[in-house]
Amino acid sequence: MNADAPAYDMAIIGAGVVGCAIFREFSLAGLRVALVERGADILSGASKANSALLHTGFDAIPGSLEAACMREGHARYQALHQGLGLPLLRTGAIVVAWSPADLAALPGIVARAHDNGVLDVRQISAEDVRTREPHLADDLLGGVLVPGEAVIDAWSAPLAYARQGLAMGGTFLPNTRVTGGSQAEAGWTLQTSQGPLSASVVVNCAGNQGDAVEAIARPSPFEIRPRKGQFVVLDKTAYPLASAIILPVPNERTKGVVICRTAYGNLLVGPTAEEQQDRENATVDQAMLEGLLAQGRRMIPALAAEPVTTTYAGLRPATQFKDYQIEALPQRRWITVGGIRSTGLTGSLGIAAHLHRLYAQHFGPLPTPADPVLTPVPNLTEEHPRPWQRPGRDEIVCHCEMVTRGEIAAALQGPLPAGDLGGLKRRTRCMMGRCQGFYCTWRVMEIAAPHVPGLVTPIQGSSA
Amino acid sequence: MMRSAIIIGGGPAGLSAARTLVRAGHDDVLVLERNPEAGGLPRFAAHPGWGMLDFHRLWSGPTYARKLVAAARGAEIRTNTTVTALLPGGGVEVSGPGGMERLWAHTVLLAAGIREMPRGARLLSGTRPWGVLGTGAFQELVYAGGVRPFQQPVILGTELVAFSALLTARHAGIRPVAMLEEAPRITARRPGDWIAHHLLGVPVRTATRLVAIEGGARVEAVRVEQAGRQERIACDGVILSGRFVPEAALVRAGPLQFDAATGGPAIDNHFRCTDPAFFAAGNVLRPVEHSGAAALEGIAAARAMAQALAGTLPAPAQGIPVQAQGGLRYVYPQRLLPGDAPIRLCARASGEKRGRLRVLADGEVVQERRLHALPDRRITLTLPAAVLRGVRSLSVELA
Repeated sequence: MNADAPAYDMAIIGAGVVGCAIFREFSLAGLRVALVERGADILSGASKANSALLHTGFDAIPGSLEAACMREGHARYQALHQGLGLPLLRTGAIVVAWSPADLAALPGIVARAHDNGVLDVRQISAEDVRTREPHLADDLLGGVLVPGEAVIDAWSAPLAYARQGLAMGGTFLPNTRVTGGSQAEAGWTLQTSQGPLSASVVVNCAGNQGDAVEAIARPSPFEIRPRKGQFVVLDKTAYPLASAIILPVPNERTKGVVICRTAYGNLLVGPTAEEQQDRENATVDQAMLEGLLAQGRRMIPALAAEPVTTTYAGLRPATQFKDYQIEALPQRRWITVGGIRSTGLTGSLGIAAHLHRLYAQHFGPLPTPADPVLTPVPNLTEEHPRPWQRPGRDEIVCHCEMVTRGEIAAALQGPLPAGDLGGLKRRTRCMMGRCQGFYCTWRVMEIAAPHVPGLVTPIQGSSA
Repeated sequence: MMRSAIIIGGGPAGLSAARTLVRAGHDDVLVLERNPEAGGLPRFAAHPGWGMLDFHRLWSGPTYARKLVAAARGAEIRTNTTVTALLPGGGVEVSGPGGMERLWAHTVLLAAGIREMPRGARLLSGTRPWGVLGTGAFQELVYAGGVRPFQQPVILGTELVAFSALLTARHAGIRPVAMLEEAPRITARRPGDWIAHHLLGVPVRTATRLVAIEGGARVEAVRVEQAGRQERIACDGVILSGRFVPEAALVRAGPLQFDAATGGPAIDNHFRCTDPAFFAAGNVLRPVEHSGAAALEGIAAARAMAQALAGTLPAPAQGIPVQAQGGLRYVYPQRLLPGDAPIRLCARASGEKRGRLRVLADGEVVQERRLHALPDRRITLTLPAAVLRGVRSLSVELA
């Protein structure tokens, strides 16, 4: 190998769901790929907090890149999920009309869905909605049925993509902040907090830092305008209160407040849609959360009796544009993947396929890929048997989510171990149930502390 | 095999019930404990304060837990065994080291205890950093783990458990920067605030509301509001105490009637649930009593279970429904089956209130007394059997 040749064929900046999907795509295609992440783990930014839905793209802007990526992403996830051990709850969705204006908007929603090629979408009567969803408030006026909408898991999917990329020879570089870069003929030398890193092509999928990273290559044509979404997770006993994803009639800015199941058997209410300047902190706010709960109860009155399990907030990397900002810059040996808003989880595998084609078009043919290695992630849903149900199981550490010691230990080892406590929780669900760690914090720390520094310090003079 | 009794939960209530049943001659009592050892929450509070009500001794929490386990000798205690569902008629589905199985008994006691409400359920504002813990989790880190998660936390809440957290902090060399209380006075009996301030050097701030938690990976500060003025208090952790939730998820998902007001199963005056094979005692009944009170309830429930096994307990019946009204958060038992003995009711006020505590039978006042109620303080009243004769419904109010 030429001594001046870049260490990697491709450096991907940002290990959110889009970065992980692209990492998988090009590792499978035979490139030497580095996935560069400033956080301690994958999903340290926008991708860790969203509604975890697999959309059909029925309500996307027809002809947009977002619509195309969602459609392709939706199809690819369905083809892939079993091999990678990923959940798929085929719940369908119902857009519910609560006012005459909503009702008048339904035919337009159906027409747009058909324009988007989602042909099984159809309007249904109020009676039909009530039969399907008996817990909805009586005063609904009608609905649109979207059979293809589904519930997935926002954490295990990118984890599976990243692990497959690693299994195919890719490299994950956590705790690596890209601070600058310079381009030479053979490619880029990126300055990072861990030293220089050379790659023939750079992919910017830095999420909420997308415009800042873009400025390494050129004045950014887009500006990130973070949009915050807050959510409330309700207790597992609320799960039966909605079977389909309950959507409101959307407005220009947001899809509105959704009620849906989660892959782990909870019920989710959210999100809000709030513009903010801060790109780092997604705070929850009591008044907004109470507002979400009130909206949820307005749609499903029985929610009033259900306890809250937890709350969270995410920042979606919106821009001044409605569509994704994806562009290949062959001269700059740079690919921009920006402005991937709330649809990134659905769109990620479609975006990766789109990039595959862009790469082949602008940067030359890809090497012959090796046979894909399948790297299923551990099952965390009740759809399939879990370790706590098996004879010979070890100690259950997290009693709310029924997580065993072995599952926690495994998540701290292997090819992509949890980089921080959040990563451990996302990989195992420990401390994520109704008690939120009241009963299990010490037992989790006992296992995790040697691997995740900085959580606890020994008490001097203590024998333990 | 059909046992006499299965007890769900090996804490003060469950172990006291087991001891009582063994002494009543039952040699097939099974206690199911999901943790690796029995003893319950007192295991993690190593300062004195336990055993007074039931053993008439003053022990540390871990000593008390060991005594409870030792006194339950004769019952089988199966640890590392989690009940995953209640089955109508006296069954439980469990996950144990041997896998999943179903167990059955003539009587089943729910004694699963209690936990604190986490930050999410409180809808607390702010970021979600590491270092926000309930008292229970904090005490287990310190006493079982020998580690500390922070150096200078704030403590949210001022009931008895918050002062227990304060003592735990002192043991661990942790210096809380403040105790915060929304109400105009502390919840625990005085002189808790005096002790906190003068002996432990921790300022107690009443009429102060936590507005938001700040910090990235770790807690960096809290914002509080007092008399309309906001202030930032630098700290590296938050101990959440003071709002308790019965660990009654099995009831909410199962065949028994759940009382949204107590957060626990609805019982009659024999600690019996709506499925007569099930009984309940201790803090699973409501938020929260000291472990000694939970233990005494475990004993009382076990006596009822022994009577049920002997066929001498009054037959289950609809009974007289009891309702909490104006000024009261809840009252239990939720159903009364009057007999010859007086019946004790327990209630709790919604907040601090001076007024008259009244019992109304079919709308008529049958008992009344003056009461200065404090939040999180138990109100008890005893009804003579005669008062209940021929009554269709009962309500209790603080007006």
